[in-house]
Amino acid sequence: MARIDVRKTYKLYIGGAFPRSESGYSYEVTDSKGKFVANASLASRKDVRDAVVAARKAAPGWAGRTAYNRGQVLYRIAEVMEDRRPQFEEAVRQSEGVSAAAARGQVDAAVDRLVWYAGWADKLAQVIGNANPVAGPFFNHTAPEATGVVGVLAPQSSSLLGLVSVVAPVIVTGNVAVVVSSYARPLPAVTFSEVLATSDVPGGVVNILTGDATALGPWLAAHMDVNAIDLAGVAGSPELATSLEVAAADNLKRVRRAPDAEPDWTAEPGLAAMTAFVEQKTVWHPIGI
Amino acid sequence: MAFEYAPAPESRSIVDIKPSYGLFIDGEFVDGRGSSFKTINPATEETLAEIAEASEADVDLAVRAARRAFRGWSRMSGKERAKYLFRIARIIQERGRELAVLESIDNGKPIKESRDVDVPVVAAHFFYYAGWADKLSYAGLGPDPQPLGVAGQVIPWNFPLLMLAWKVAPALACGNTVVLKPAETTPLTALLFAEICQQADLPPGVVNIVTGAGTTGQAVVSHPDVDKVAFTGSTDVGKAIARAVAGSDKKVTLELGGKAANIVFDDAPMDQAIEGIVGGIFFNQGHVCCAGSRLLVQESVADEVLARLKRRMGTLRVGDPLDKNTDVGAINSAEQLARIRELSDIGESEGAERWAPECALPSSGFWFPPTVFTGVTQAHRIAREEVFGPVLSVLTFRTPAEAVEKANNTPYGLSAGVWTEKGSRILHMASQLRAGVVWANTFNKFDPASPFGGYKESGYGREGGRQGLAAYLKGADL
Repeated sequence: MARIDVRKTYKLYIGGAFPRSESGYSYEVTDSKGKFVANASLASRKDVRDAVVAARKAAPGWAGRTAYNRGQVLYRIAEVMEDRRPQFEEAVRQSEGVSAAAARGQVDAAVDRLVWYAGWADKLAQVIGNANPVAGPFFNHTAPEATGVVGVLAPQSSSLLGLVSVVAPVIVTGNVAVVVSSYARPLPAVTFSEVLATSDVPGGVVNILTGDATALGPWLAAHMDVNAIDLAGVAGSPELATSLEVAAADNLKRVRRAPDAEPDWTAEPGLAAMTAFVEQKTVWHPIGI
Repeated sequence: MAFEYAPAPESRSIVDIKPSYGLFIDGEFVDGRGSSFKTINPATEETLAEIAEASEADVDLAVRAARRAFRGWSRMSGKERAKYLFRIARIIQERGRELAVLESIDNGKPIKESRDVDVPVVAAHFFYYAGWADKLSYAGLGPDPQPLGVAGQVIPWNFPLLMLAWKVAPALACGNTVVLKPAETTPLTALLFAEICQQADLPPGVVNIVTGAGTTGQAVVSHPDVDKVAFTGSTDVGKAIARAVAGSDKKVTLELGGKAANIVFDDAPMDQAIEGIVGGIFFNQGHVCCAGSRLLVQESVADEVLARLKRRMGTLRVGDPLDKNTDVGAINSAEQLARIRELSDIGESEGAERWAPECALPSSGFWFPPTVFTGVTQAHRIAREEVFGPVLSVLTFRTPAEAVEKANNTPYGLSAGVWTEKGSRILHMASQLRAGVVWANTFNKFDPASPFGGYKESGYGREGGRQGLAAYLKGADL
């Protein structure tokens, strides 16, 4: 007789723990052919607020790590992901309905992207910061710092590579993230949160909520203790994106606007995803004896 | 004791203020289609000139002129664009005295500030960005960075010409053309700048200046053919702009309000610190977004610092902006004076103790004495809201951690000051303060090579330095 497999419960990831939605709601996740796969937690606005609290609590510690250490932690995420490649390949194949080879390509690219961003941790300041030769006896330099708590609406189509491509650049510079996963394809994000939980990423640095970006986005965009927001997950919904940008203005969040359509995530990312969420700080001191 | 000084007024004969001014569009001064308003001397309340108030149709004309000019200006080699900017910088230096006097008359700031700070830094700004115009591909912003198009720029009244320079110089260096709206109460130096553009033979339409109030500004930033919005002013208006551009492709930089902490530790170089506190809040009558308006002083030296501060405040000379001995000039407008009075009265009614040195204020014009509030708590409105006047709130702290906590307890994040002789503490504090500019053992220093801009609700984007180029180039990363 065939063994009955033990199924996983897919939960939220908040403050390093895996709670169900406080609302008690879940929703059916199907594969690309519409076949039932699992029930995922349906995050509520209260879950968003809890995640922001967890993120804010984790923010000073994470920003205070050395850049080298943050790079090490990101690299560690890549290592642990690499270890679980078959599981991610299956999740991507199931979610996105792509061939096994294509799913493998997505997973490889996601791992490689983490490695790429890991290396930026102790280099970005050297590339975008500089000394300033002011007209006077002053030491003066400018360097980037983390913006703080960043809300991330993850892409709807690219369930893993897209997710990694919006999360890694946020945290590598010392920000903390509250992420809303793809609504229809949330399972790779849940598995990714299990990787985060075992990769030396401090609890609260990345919080992942499975749920509906169109429902949760307005709460995240209007939250007064969120410093910035990436609208990637509402690409192709210009009206919603506009309303989120309007809400974000209440505390002048830094906004990374949604593109017209979801981009090709395999393309070279450039610096934009990192630079959107850093603040350049300039420090002056007199020179004298 | 206070020294007696004989009056030493700067002659105003060098400036020639016309009875009325039109708009500067497409290289020419033209009559506006809207109404007009008066600009006055805030030190005397005399009317200086009648200024055209640009209507939406006028703004549209200006944007069209800028769009037409963009084609040629953006395709001109950087080397040639640079030479126009160098020309402008030179003319500003040549006409520096005239600009300084005009600025002081229209704004109310002391001549020693307009002459020694505003105008020299304006010229320096044009020099600095002139040099970038043909070196953009070396700026680390991509191999062939491209301009955005037409920039709509709205600037405040506290540093009228300097804010113009911060906006216009990088925009032009990167190959953009501009439509700039100066503040309603201080349009005159911008209009003189228009004349300087003519003297420099700047191609028509590259710089357009539309005078007016809030409605004109709104028309500039919301014009559909404006690719870039740059605003310096209040946080409320900044938020309104952020809402107005939502969903568009417009690139935005906002330089908004502040409530900077100036933190004095017990081991601070005390003479310099007192000068830094005074300069931090009374420079330009406190009409400075990065003013050190919250003094955080370590408890063990609070009495000493306050005593020395009050003694120093007693020697500040308040009065005629054109007098070369004046330290504190006129408040820029009746409206601003009312705001300062209101918040100061609230400070008193909420329980803080108000002190100002005895000083005779002129009978006409808008004046407010240098004022300090003690016994201020973090909940007091004078400790939370931007007064934008010569009003200092004093709070105390015991430990560095408490200083950081209090300094960061504000929705703003533009600037901060730290005074201590301990190097490691300076660097620690600088890293903990959530502010875009940290002045350590100095305050209120500005330089075109030094990026300036805020965290949190003080806005986004940087002006000045290499970072300042990113605001005016496509897809630029910084």
